[in-house]
Amino acid sequence: MKLEELARQSSEWLRGSGPESDIVISCRIRLARNLANHPFIRKCSDTDLNAIERTLHETFQAEPKLQDVGYINLKLLPEIDRQFLVERQLISREHADSNGARAVAIHPEEKFSLMINEEDHLRIQVMNSGLDLNATWEQTNAIDDVVEQHISFAFHDRLGYLTACPTNVGTGMRVSVMFHLPALVLTQQIERVFRSLQKMNLAVRGLYGEGSRAMGDFYQISNQITLGRSELDLIQQVADVVPQIIDYERRARTFLINENQQDLHDRVSRAYGILCSAQTISSEETMDLLSSVRMGVNLGLIENLQIPTINKLFIHTQPAHLQKLRGTELDTANRNIERAHYLQRHLQQDGADPAENN
Amino acid sequence: MKCQRCEKPATIHVTEITGPELDELHLCEDCGKLYLSQGEPTTEATALAHQFKLAEDSEELAALDQQVCDICGTSFYEFRHSGRLGCPHDYVCFEAELEPLIVNVHAATEHVGKRPKRGVNSSEQQVHLVRMRQDMKAAIDREDYETASALRDQIQKLEQQRKPS
Repeated sequence: MKLEELARQSSEWLRGSGPESDIVISCRIRLARNLANHPFIRKCSDTDLNAIERTLHETFQAEPKLQDVGYINLKLLPEIDRQFLVERQLISREHADSNGARAVAIHPEEKFSLMINEEDHLRIQVMNSGLDLNATWEQTNAIDDVVEQHISFAFHDRLGYLTACPTNVGTGMRVSVMFHLPALVLTQQIERVFRSLQKMNLAVRGLYGEGSRAMGDFYQISNQITLGRSELDLIQQVADVVPQIIDYERRARTFLINENQQDLHDRVSRAYGILCSAQTISSEETMDLLSSVRMGVNLGLIENLQIPTINKLFIHTQPAHLQKLRGTELDTANRNIERAHYLQRHLQQDGADPAENN
Repeated sequence: MKCQRCEKPATIHVTEITGPELDELHLCEDCGKLYLSQGEPTTEATALAHQFKLAEDSEELAALDQQVCDICGTSFYEFRHSGRLGCPHDYVCFEAELEPLIVNVHAATEHVGKRPKRGVNSSEQQVHLVRMRQDMKAAIDREDYETASALRDQIQKLEQQRKPS
């Protein structure tokens, strides 16, 4: 699998297709599994890690349904390439930064990734743009079934699938939906929404998962509980709040338009102006401004700009992507200059010819 | 990672969602205790840490911390500090200690979701295999290759039996 080719294609989760894609970005389901006959990662010797990696790799190779995956050995991968995979959400930061034998198998269109030796021996994650949780679960379940034909997972009669952290025990499942909620942030209502979600045992995380900040006003909402409910129940629990969150965000957008149209239009236009003309710009500022522009396009305040272009810019302007696309390593100062040029090129081009945004 | 409030290593990681932005905190156990005593648990991490804090106050803690899994050697103290268990057998070995924590996080004690399609090896069998691997490693370490290869053959035999036909 060539990472340079991946860099040019749009991530499945940022394709931004499906109903209400102005607010619901994507959904993802992951399962945590461990091989029954090895200790959990924390207590694994190098021999254990190698054996687990080999066993799972052989399983993927032997399984016709998994044969077209790209297999990447993370232990041998340069840091920038690991960072690149984190930015695309194909591996976690923890997975990128840890030591010892570990790998990831990636579907050619990035619909799923199989992480080996992350916090658990195997993490199956399936991603789909839009909000198709049922299809996402079917795909996840099918991959789990296929792997389980070859491997005995650690399973306890009463507690279900055993995981390194007891917060994942039982189903080992985390189902999450990613939203873009700029208006709730702008109207300072987001905190209240989060509090009510927490009361329903749902967790809120930023773009890059656990502990990450909510960059670009992207938020992931997921189940906290993994034990005592079936997978379908847990999925339903998350699915149930989605229309509500969409409604809150829509109302906040309507409020901004009705009460404050001039301020909002000014804010969005300034954001667009900076992105089009800055000579040097950080990743954080870019995310922040792109978020305003994305909302502006969705509300019809900016014309001649396509949502897929903006979605792509969110990821292409991240540090490792920028360097991959440029084909050379750059320090922070040079990245900020390259980022500004990249934004200028793509934002100006988009107005002229949307077909050429890559 | 160092604690953000002193020089000790950070073992408690908190994401606080109280303002428009998420606040991240990385604290050592002492600062974490102090921090947690100031407010209600809000996230998964704080709920877990809060649970540990409750245990901290109890008198049985010292004895509890000494308890060690005889398969992987993880002590309960180690688990409390890392939040990660050492092997599947820990769930059996620390069953009583883990239960309140599991109830706190999941409000449940029994799995009702998917089960492996083919018969699962009993926990004892799984434990047996892990133990044999540990023994094999120990044998290799003391250069007792005869025992090690006998164990390897046994392990292979057991694993062959478990492969679906």
